[in-house]
Amino acid sequence: MEISVKINGKDIKADIKPNTLLSTFIREHLNLTGTHIGCDTSQCGACAIHLNGDAVKSCAILAAQADGSEITTIEGIASGDKLHPMQQAFHENHGLQCGYCTPGMVMSSIKLVENNPNISEDEIRKGLEGNICRCTGYHNIVKSIKQAASVMGG
Amino acid sequence: MYDLQYSKPSSVNDAVAEIKKSSDAKFLAGGMTMIPTLKARLSSADMLVDLKGSNLSYISVSSSEISIGSMTRHCDVASSSDIKGSLPALAKLAGGIGDHMVRSCGTIGGSLANNDPAACYPSAVLALGATVVTNERSLKADDFFEGMFETALNEDEVITEVKFSIPEKATYIKFPNPASRYAMVGVFMVKKSDGISVAVTGAGENGVFRCEEIENVLNLNLALDALNNIQISHDDLTSDMHASAAYRANLIREMAKQGLKDLI
Repeated sequence: MEISVKINGKDIKADIKPNTLLSTFIREHLNLTGTHIGCDTSQCGACAIHLNGDAVKSCAILAAQADGSEITTIEGIASGDKLHPMQQAFHENHGLQCGYCTPGMVMSSIKLVENNPNISEDEIRKGLEGNICRCTGYHNIVKSIKQAASVMGG
Repeated sequence: MYDLQYSKPSSVNDAVAEIKKSSDAKFLAGGMTMIPTLKARLSSADMLVDLKGSNLSYISVSSSEISIGSMTRHCDVASSSDIKGSLPALAKLAGGIGDHMVRSCGTIGGSLANNDPAACYPSAVLALGATVVTNERSLKADDFFEGMFETALNEDEVITEVKFSIPEKATYIKFPNPASRYAMVGVFMVKKSDGISVAVTGAGENGVFRCEEIENVLNLNLALDALNNIQISHDDLTSDMHASAAYRANLIREMAKQGLKDLI
């Protein structure tokens, strides 16, 4: 079947099998491999992207469901060489170790902050329920998001 | 995932017509359970009929009743100022399902049709005595849930709307499984003019159930210490790797004790 999506500002038409996951479409058809697959059970959140303005898990959605949608992946949030404030904050606060969960953390937390500009540390920790990190113990991730929130809000 | 076809009809009638074309077709109502189970080959379908195009996402609130379209997402219920105003326990429940990314996709109709024994919404529907409206009929909550992952829905029947009467007071207290965020035990408690009703999810071997032991006590004595000494029978409760039946029975009482503060 044919689908049309706008991804990172670019209009794309593609012929896909209806059982293609959106994460597979993004990684293997479009070669946007910043969106990661960390589990088989849709629990880890490494595949988070923005679909029509919401953070979603792209491994739990069919590409077919995204027909006609606007998608942003981790590759689409910087402006040229200027990192998104969330990326910059992860960089400055060392909000990662191995980096595998980071694209999902960044995409998920951008929406947490956009939907709650004065987000508290407690709300950040609760908000990250759907994003699993096995390295950091989360402290620097939370610090990063707190810093990004002050930049994004102000 | 096995091969399948996908269609997104633009009305409920078209969706029903579409699903009748195949013997192994399933409705897709958000997909937060459906897609992961298809992925894991725990279930299969030769056709998915997506209800997203069928105009079933809406919330309407009157002085006595809340009507929620079946494709309304958890995040929309959680953030609705109308629901927060008239039935805040329901907004709180929706805001505690899964994580914020799951809540951006999952829907009330999908949750009810699946009737996961640890899902949150069934407890609200049962305790509030909600009406589940389908393309064929209206079902009372008592008649809708028929056991673990079982409902009264026919094969080609679609939930279109859920209607909640607004009670005097209601509350939902959940002890989430720390990994899945599903309810290890969730207790939805309602105070109406005709008495107290209490529904429990996450604990029953046959899915969501009304807890008459707690209802009977509270209907006689709605006091903060009324539940301190009661014993909840664990005969029909679930034992699994997460918790024994006895532990769940204890959690039911403890969650209900917390909830009691909101009802008085």
